Amino acid sequence: MAAFTEAAHAVAHEPHDEVKHVRMNRLGLWLFFASDGLVFALLLSARFYMNGTDTAPDVKQWLGLIITSVLLISSYTAYRGETALHHGNVAHGRLMLMLTILLGVGFFAGVVMEWSIAEFTVSEGYGTSFFSMTGMHAAHVASGVLLLFLAWRKAGKGYYDGGGLKAYGVSGVVMYWHFVDVVWVFFYPALYLIK
Amino acid sequence: MTRVVRAPIVVGLVLAIIGFAFGAGVLGAIRTARGQSFWEIEVGMSVGYVFALIGWLAGVGGWQHWGREWFGLEAKPYTLTGWKRYFGFSPDHKVIGIQYAVTFIVVFLLSGLTAMLIRVELMRDGKQIFTPDQYNAAMGFHGITMVAVAVAVLLGGFGNFIVPLMIGARDMAFPRLNALTYWFVPPVAVLLIIAVLMGGWESGWTAYPPLSSLHTKHGQVLFNLAVITFGLVSILGGINFLVTIIYERAPGMTWSRLPIFVWGAFAASLISFFFTQALAAALLMVLLDRIAGTSFFRQAEGGSPVLYEHVFWFYSHPAVYVMVLPGFGAALEILSHLSRKPLFAYRWVAGAMIGIVMLSGIVWAHHLFTSGMAPYLHAPFLVLTEMISIPTGLIFLGAIGTIWAGKLWLQTPMLFALAFIFNFLMGGVTGIYLADVPTDLHLQDTYFVVAHFHYTIVGGEIFALFAAIYFWFPKFTGRMYNETLGKIHFWLMFIGFQLTFIPMFRVGIQGMNRRIADYPHEYAGYNTFISLAAFLLGSSFLFFVWNMASAWLKGRVAEPNPWRASTLEWQVSSPPPEHNFDEIPVITDTPYGYGGGPAHHRPFAGGALATEEG
Repeated sequence: MAAFTEAAHAVAHEPHDEVKHVRMNRLGLWLFFASDGLVFALLLSARFYMNGTDTAPDVKQWLGLIITSVLLISSYTAYRGETALHHGNVAHGRLMLMLTILLGVGFFAGVVMEWSIAEFTVSEGYGTSFFSMTGMHAAHVASGVLLLFLAWRKAGKGYYDGGGLKAYGVSGVVMYWHFVDVVWVFFYPALYLIK
Repeated sequence: MTRVVRAPIVVGLVLAIIGFAFGAGVLGAIRTARGQSFWEIEVGMSVGYVFALIGWLAGVGGWQHWGREWFGLEAKPYTLTGWKRYFGFSPDHKVIGIQYAVTFIVVFLLSGLTAMLIRVELMRDGKQIFTPDQYNAAMGFHGITMVAVAVAVLLGGFGNFIVPLMIGARDMAFPRLNALTYWFVPPVAVLLIIAVLMGGWESGWTAYPPLSSLHTKHGQVLFNLAVITFGLVSILGGINFLVTIIYERAPGMTWSRLPIFVWGAFAASLISFFFTQALAAALLMVLLDRIAGTSFFRQAEGGSPVLYEHVFWFYSHPAVYVMVLPGFGAALEILSHLSRKPLFAYRWVAGAMIGIVMLSGIVWAHHLFTSGMAPYLHAPFLVLTEMISIPTGLIFLGAIGTIWAGKLWLQTPMLFALAFIFNFLMGGVTGIYLADVPTDLHLQDTYFVVAHFHYTIVGGEIFALFAAIYFWFPKFTGRMYNETLGKIHFWLMFIGFQLTFIPMFRVGIQGMNRRIADYPHEYAGYNTFISLAAFLLGSSFLFFVWNMASAWLKGRVAEPNPWRASTLEWQVSSPPPEHNFDEIPVITDTPYGYGGGPAHHRPFAGGALATEEG
């Protein structure tokens, strides 16, 4: 039995096995996106089911535009960070991850500001959609920031030195960040732009 | 003493209590700062629970064996051995399978006991043992716990234990996620039991607003939190099965050589990973209406209770296929092995399972025929719903073709599998009356629906579950159950089940409403009969529990392959060794290579053609 366990241990470090491991993780992550994406799709459908094509007249267009831009830019910095770490450029990767974190925090602060100055309440029909959708999304942004921070910290401790498959963890986090970003691409027009 | 204190469950409980206090405390501080009262029960319980859940998962092993890595620390090794593994964080799929199976069978028995109490209440018209409130609590508890059992026991228990063995894998794709997923289950049970002790909730297992979203009993909040947590179990489990079956098959285990139970688990996982969050979203909306003041279901603000029914049934109809697809798989598996014949029309049956997955997502609104949904939606949902009978019919033909002219070995699991064919046929045929709008308008919300649902889920899935329990018991425990007790269990359960639910069709057609603690005197005769039959059904489980307990403790030691079956899990010892296979097997043939058989089976036998190639 012991011999067998050692053999299995050795096998686990063959490069082929690590590729398979990364593929499995990636598939699991994508299935999670499909699953989580449906929650957002349902909230989006509920918004049209309840409010038709109404918009709240007093939603702050300038604020919406700013936070949307911030989030889109953060996807670019996240991509830069991921690529840098994959190429073994830890210093640049960490810088970009930190920028992404700051942009994410900025987005979150924007949502908090929007919530505090909104001129409609949560119990109104439109408010129900607006607060539940932005709230659900902001919760995902907050968890994304947390994950980015953990990746930034691990990068600093040398866990991703050498790049390549070792930096898969960063890719997972950054893919999650892009996913949250894509959700906002659907939510922003549904909540701000429809006339 | 320190060993007791450091036991994973104790650490989890302590962290859960600390988490609850932290969450509720921070919330209270914020509320106080905003000039509100420190403690408001529904918001407090919800926020506290989220942190309690995190604390529980971390304490029970999630931090030691997993979370530490996120912070750049070394994960601790797994040190528990023997029976203690079952009470800790174990990545071994066989341990997790037994954790699920035992937990949910205990819940099943508890919930069945509640059903017995309900039948005592309904034995005569008028009040017997329950107030109407207590009846609602009992009915809601029976409903939601049985739904949870039906969703998780075959997939969680048997899927976890058997699927990796069947496909020749050493473990699931994400063993630690698997362990963590199981530990979401105890909080669900605890929440539901606390909810009942707090007086229950009024809205049954479906939690329809406005009854659930208005300020009714606080138990409703616990119900919602419990079911959302349970949704996570289903989603994470589903993802794990999909990745396992796609990536962890042994060399030569092609898709057309997968045992049919694996196909059932695969199809059910497709549904549970993609639809479950609709249930979670629906219940979250109810929760937000209650604790955050949103108006999803308040008509005056533009919300609509019908929205709930759409979102809720978008999951909850596919959910019945999460329940029965592994049941189909298990029953067909057993029918093939114990008829000594290849599974008939294997490819068609596997295709039918995927067909059910695809159709399941577009039939939900047949639950809304009487809810004031737009009438133009009636016809399409009627047709789509009835189309489900095409793939289901293929699975039936597969079952009948498999036992046709076979050499049936009528051991207990085979009896249950045969009963499954009969029961599910009854459930399927009566379903047509509910899918048809004209008859549904009359039958909606009567005992006809109750009887139909119990025929499909109890008659279908739960009979398949017991077939699976008896069939794989030697593999799980390494011991053999008592055949005589098993047969007594079967006959009592089968006869009791028919006598209980056939009369329910009758009283349902006559118009007796479900979910109500009392009924007009005219139905009393039937109901007394139903109750007595239900006690007969209930008594069969005494033999089951006795059989299982005595066999596990001191039963005859089982051989590795008591059924002389051909699938992989029977080719290893009982119970299987820690890493399943000393060497990963290479598959060269179909799982059902029985006999070589008369030529007329062979072209239909799915992988049988592979015999020549292999």
